[in-house]
Amino acid sequence: MAWTREDMARRAAQELRDGFYVNLGIGIPTLVANFIPEGINVTLQSENGMLGMGPFPTEDEIDPDLINAGKQTITELDSTSYFSSADSFGMIRGGHIALSILGAMQVAENGDLANWMIPGKMVKGMGGAMDLVAGVKKVVVIMDHNARDGSAKFLHECTLPLTGVGVVDMIISDVGVFTIDDNGATLTELAPGVTVDDVRQKTEANFKVAEGLS
Amino acid sequence: MKKPYPDATSALEGVLFDGMTIMAGGFGLCGIPENLITALRDSGTQNITAISNNAGIDDFGLGLLLQTRQIKKMVSSYVGENKEFERQYLAKELELEFNPQGTLAERIRAGGAGIPGFYTKTGVGTLIAEGKEHKDFNSETYILETGLIADVSLVKAWKGDKEGNLIFRKTARNFNPMMATAGKVTIAEVEELVEIGELDPDQIHTPGIFVQRIIQSKDLEKRIEHRTTRKQGE
Repeated sequence: MAWTREDMARRAAQELRDGFYVNLGIGIPTLVANFIPEGINVTLQSENGMLGMGPFPTEDEIDPDLINAGKQTITELDSTSYFSSADSFGMIRGGHIALSILGAMQVAENGDLANWMIPGKMVKGMGGAMDLVAGVKKVVVIMDHNARDGSAKFLHECTLPLTGVGVVDMIISDVGVFTIDDNGATLTELAPGVTVDDVRQKTEANFKVAEGLS
Repeated sequence: MKKPYPDATSALEGVLFDGMTIMAGGFGLCGIPENLITALRDSGTQNITAISNNAGIDDFGLGLLLQTRQIKKMVSSYVGENKEFERQYLAKELELEFNPQGTLAERIRAGGAGIPGFYTKTGVGTLIAEGKEHKDFNSETYILETGLIADVSLVKAWKGDKEGNLIFRKTARNFNPMMATAGKVTIAEVEELVEIGELDPDQIHTPGIFVQRIIQSKDLEKRIEHRTTRKQGE
């Protein structure tokens, strides 16, 4: 019944292709690094100025000068390079990164994304999210399908301030997978034990159902 | 003009004034000019506009200047690690201008390079684009963003020489190189201040022309926000 955080991360990892440069957002997207398929070589970009992110350090390897965009300690690889924030976002904005996987508060059926503020309540900021969704070729969202109060997050239109307009290409949530293109949203996969009707009940957005899915 | 100063307090002498704009390097607490931030707090300078990717945490980094209410306005991309910031902002005690992180980095780079504005697709269709000039290039829409400069830039490097040449280390580089170029006065603190000739000219990230004053950091804490580890052999 429904996917766990790890299941969602594992499913997102199937979007990786050999040779990809990839940016993983904070939270569940970070877990995707644990599920990179065998035989696939990807390079992880961290927007604070690093290409080629290694695993978390052992206690002995901790270095305060070496963190990822989530401010977690991290390690380097033999292939790693470091650069300034301006160069980092040159990579991102310039279309040199193949895939961005990030979280969302709301997604609209046309691919609009909201994930950076709740007016009057939560003021954290967009960080690099607006640059990533504007510049990266493919944008995949991993999110819980519904908010904690049960309300829908996949909507006709976002009610929260946008991060980007029509930028989301795929949603992976606990109930399944949607693709979004110029023709709208399509439900393409279901998590085990979840039916199309279940998804309809939990979703405000209009979506088509891929052939063979029931 | 001698660039090396004995400490952070003397390096800030004569360049601070109320209502000034300051840039401070760093990403989170990584690569922040710790000594200079403390000296700026102790100077009592008021009504500061601070341009910095983050606002530190409650009791470290720029958070120290929020505690003392010396900051009037922040220009940042992400302030989620600082509860006091959120409180002051929601209570309307603090002005805030959010910039997408890449736009912030490029605005600072542009300011330092004498470029008054540039077009970017980041933020088109969002709150960020409101009131900004829109222009189409190759049938895609872009918005005009302006370059940023500061009265004083405070940066942190790993090594520097007495000419002001700087070398950064790992992800502590982040916003520091652009900020060094965008300060009317740039003050650098370095972990190792060396004699001229000791740094390999081919390895220098920031040429000394951008640095007016330099100090050797003392008692750096280099605090870590999220200490994440794996077990040996994992």
